[in-house]
Amino acid sequence: MGDNILELRDITKLYPGVKALDHVSISFRRGEVHALVGENGAGKSTLIKTVSGAIEPTEGRICVEGREFEALTPALSRENGIAIVYQEFTLVPVLTAAENIFLGEFLRKGIFSCQREMSELAKKLFQRLNIQMDPDVKVGELTTGYQQIVEIAKAVLKNAKILIMDEPSAPLTNREVEAMFQIVETLKAEGVTIIYISHRLEEIFRLADRVSVLRDGQYIATKAIQDTDKDDLVRLMVGRTLKETYPERNFTQKETVLEVNHLTGNGVKNISFTLKKGEILGFGGLVGAGRTELAALLFGSAKIKSGEIILRGKKFDPNSPNAAIRNGICLVPEDRKQQGLILEMTVQENLTMAVRKKLSKRGIMRESDSREFSEKYVKDLTIRTPGIFQRVKNLSGGNQQKVVLGKWLGVDPEILIFDEPTRGIDVGAKQEIYKIMTEIVRQGKSIIMISSDMEELLGMSDRMVMLSKGRQTGMLEKEEFTQERVLNYISEVVEDE
Amino acid sequence: MNRKLNMEKISGYGVFFVLIGMLVLFSFIAPHFLEVNNFFNVSRQICTLGIVSVGMTIVMITGGIDLSVGYQISLINVTCAWLMVNAGVGTVPAILTGLLMGTGIGLLNGIIIVKSGVAPLIVTLAIMNTLNGISYIISKGIPIFGFPKNFSVFGQGNFLGMPISLIIMVIVFILGAVLLRKVYIGKYFYAIGSNEEAAKLSGISVGRLKILAYTICGLLSGVGAILLLSRTNSGLSSNGAGFEFNVITACVLGGVSSNGGKGTVFGALVGVLIVGFLDNGLLLMDVNQYTQLVVKGLLMLIAVIYDTQMRKKSEVVKKVKSINANNEV
Repeated sequence: MGDNILELRDITKLYPGVKALDHVSISFRRGEVHALVGENGAGKSTLIKTVSGAIEPTEGRICVEGREFEALTPALSRENGIAIVYQEFTLVPVLTAAENIFLGEFLRKGIFSCQREMSELAKKLFQRLNIQMDPDVKVGELTTGYQQIVEIAKAVLKNAKILIMDEPSAPLTNREVEAMFQIVETLKAEGVTIIYISHRLEEIFRLADRVSVLRDGQYIATKAIQDTDKDDLVRLMVGRTLKETYPERNFTQKETVLEVNHLTGNGVKNISFTLKKGEILGFGGLVGAGRTELAALLFGSAKIKSGEIILRGKKFDPNSPNAAIRNGICLVPEDRKQQGLILEMTVQENLTMAVRKKLSKRGIMRESDSREFSEKYVKDLTIRTPGIFQRVKNLSGGNQQKVVLGKWLGVDPEILIFDEPTRGIDVGAKQEIYKIMTEIVRQGKSIIMISSDMEELLGMSDRMVMLSKGRQTGMLEKEEFTQERVLNYISEVVEDE
Repeated sequence: MNRKLNMEKISGYGVFFVLIGMLVLFSFIAPHFLEVNNFFNVSRQICTLGIVSVGMTIVMITGGIDLSVGYQISLINVTCAWLMVNAGVGTVPAILTGLLMGTGIGLLNGIIIVKSGVAPLIVTLAIMNTLNGISYIISKGIPIFGFPKNFSVFGQGNFLGMPISLIIMVIVFILGAVLLRKVYIGKYFYAIGSNEEAAKLSGISVGRLKILAYTICGLLSGVGAILLLSRTNSGLSSNGAGFEFNVITACVLGGVSSNGGKGTVFGALVGVLIVGFLDNGLLLMDVNQYTQLVVKGLLMLIAVIYDTQMRKKSEVVKKVKSINANNEV
């Protein structure tokens, strides 16, 4: 085992009520590209955060080149030659590429910074990575792909021995991905160990020497890449029994409520689908596939470039959220604390937010009506709160989500868009949200459900649309639903025309 | 990319053209505007504004603001005047005291802002009123005058035919430009204002540099205060009242972004010249003080709206670019 540069031994991380990592042990060999795969929530990010020093494991040991640590700090991690290319870039747009690479450790003579020397060194670094880039161009003017290269160069400059890349290809175009692959291969040839996290299995087969699978915070297996294939990996990633139960439903309606034709804008391209009355239409895709962006188009919070939306047989152009709401389209956003609620306000104030006019007489809100309205929804949705005057920030995630729902149900919408309806909600509350959603469609309303939770998608949807990189890659009817099919569609590499 | 660069350049020149246009306009409609004497006058008058603007530019680049500069000037004016007139302190010690006070107040501003985490706007607003109060307590609202003769040299004297205060201002501008462009700390100021999180993750001691920025701003307020006192020859609590407004207007006009991360001292200089000549031109045309306030208020409003619009536009350009990049062949 002498050639293991990094060993994780029995790493466990407990959060209140959740076991994010459960005795995970993985060894990384010097100079290999080691891929880490698993579904959302499998614990990949938590695991690499223990290596980067961002979090402290509850139990276990981290062994870097024979040195044993109970926990690393960011500084300790850096000292030991570990570098991370973050998913969200940590660059300064107003500085040049060279300045960003040297940020924090500018080359200097006395108090003066040595622009030319830094620029020269950055150029050499780029040459070493086989990249054509002007080190003096401002980072804010670079495309995402080149920004990422700067980010990688920044890590390489610190003589990283272990480079962790978390979903590096997610924001890149195909051509940029190709350039990034070459850098990875160059670094590997120089003996750098690369830990590569990606949902895109094609990339893993292209780059990795070995691959480790995590599932539900547990270590499942490590395989040499030649001993496995895509189906095998998918089976390892998803092989588990369903834990949730989903309410039975009989969806038979044929009437179309919403028709979307070739919708383009806000980063998505050429999306077409229909939504039937009383249907839950699932939207599957990886983070950054463009689902939230599509929802923004439908809800009028982003500009449509081309294509059309037909609502109840009439052309509909949602030019503002206000227009969408007036036409019966509501959005239960992904980030409920920022976008769905006003945390400092009470349950009643939040519930009545969208129906102020309805509850007012000559511009003055009628207190008794508001109270009656709020109490009705608290009861109907079983919102567990000490009272309607409780501040929303004191409620649990599930109950907060119910408040968002109640806010929209008051407007009596026809179409509800749920963006990750049960994210950060515990199992019990999830069931209740599912019941409410079932009740909503039973009343003849329709739901568009964006979800990254595979079980939820399969369990709740009547039909499913899959997106990848802003394009529609597939559509499945209920009887065609399988996890493997969905995974294949959402990880599809979209060919540029 | 090229188009965007050009746009930025043109918008930079835009303010310059405004200055030229204004000078041309005033030379036709304002009496005595084009006379050499008037230009010397203006150059003396704008020195304090210019010097403090360099400090403000630095603070604004880090994403902060210092509203207290005006009353820093008042307090320093009153204190130095009191020391020279009532305590018999000499010119040099009085000046040193003034500079030290500015530095100290700036340091205090920075420490409170960094350690408490309260928004710079609020902290410096509170400090501004506190300083105002102290300066009235010292002066009792009465002008203090009768300084040693050699004190007036700085604000009124000439060296090789050039106003000394103008020379000092030019030196401050050059030092400011060198700091922001050549000294590594200058680049870190931009990094902090542009993406504080990234700066922190790169190992830059953000807190200490922010404190440094406010301290430099305080020191330059001290320099500006001494020049003002030396020119007006009278220590008065109202000397610096509303001065922060002129400084911030000049900076924003000159393209220093109120959101941090953007701006140069030469941009600020153009802003200073606009504000300075506008004051002078309106005065020569006998426009009353209150109308001047209205004009400058509107001017600042236009400048900030323009700044915000430009930022929005560049964000849209960036977004469209990234979408295009995603869809490119």
